[in-house]
Amino acid sequence: MHRFANPARFLGIAKPLTPLLLWPGILLVMGACWWGLTQVPAERLQGETVKILFVHVPAAWLGMGGWTGIAIASIVQLVWRHPLAGVSARAIAVPGAVFAALCLITGSIWGRPAWGAWWVWDGRLTSMLILFFLYLGYIALANASSEKGSVSRTAAVFGIIGAVNIPIINRSVVWWESQHQKASITLGGSSIDAAYLWPLFASALGFTLIFGGVVLMRMRAQLAEIRIEARMRRMAED
Amino acid sequence: MNHTPFIIAAFLVTAIGTLALVARSWIAMRKSEALADDLKSRK
Repeated sequence: MHRFANPARFLGIAKPLTPLLLWPGILLVMGACWWGLTQVPAERLQGETVKILFVHVPAAWLGMGGWTGIAIASIVQLVWRHPLAGVSARAIAVPGAVFAALCLITGSIWGRPAWGAWWVWDGRLTSMLILFFLYLGYIALANASSEKGSVSRTAAVFGIIGAVNIPIINRSVVWWESQHQKASITLGGSSIDAAYLWPLFASALGFTLIFGGVVLMRMRAQLAEIRIEARMRRMAED
Repeated sequence: MNHTPFIIAAFLVTAIGTLALVARSWIAMRKSEALADDLKSRK
């Protein structure tokens, strides 16, 4: 892992990898959305609104996956003091917050025709809203860090503690009575028909590639800012 | 209830949010890397 601690070595990989993640991701999402919107039949109970699945579920997975990434990077930062761990955690925060917000908005749009309400204060929706607020708190803490590119130890600890919410979101539909449906895809298998499952996987993979590309772009921007800050300091000293 | 406006709204919000995220990240990266390279080339 420390092989990539050198920013120059990391940039040598990140620069060609960024378009390799972004463009296939964008094309895959466009293809999956076309597939989901035009080729998938209406569901027996939910009708056509089931098609919101193809954007809502990937957004939820990435919102939760993003914070899991922040927690892992924070542990790596605190335990192994890897110089890129704080940079990567900070780079994940904004895309994670965007996808958590997209999950809440598309879920609300889905809720109106499915449940007759834009919002209900049940376990799943409330814990997902808390995740969005945790992202906002993390972004504020990271921006307040004295280090330009990385994050402070306080932000790293916050990233680890906030991860407690991830299993709560996952188990909320089991622990509490919820209007939100139970998990359809688990490690044990899926209860979703193949007609919906394949476009969903294509969409999730596409959004994940875009997420990876965005994280790399934000890491590159932060590393460039570190170089700018160091250069400005040297120029001021000369 | 006609479901089409809800489906269009959900896809549109996701498309706008994702594209804005990609565009902002790309612009920030290009700007920072250009400034860093510019400073490096100066004496």
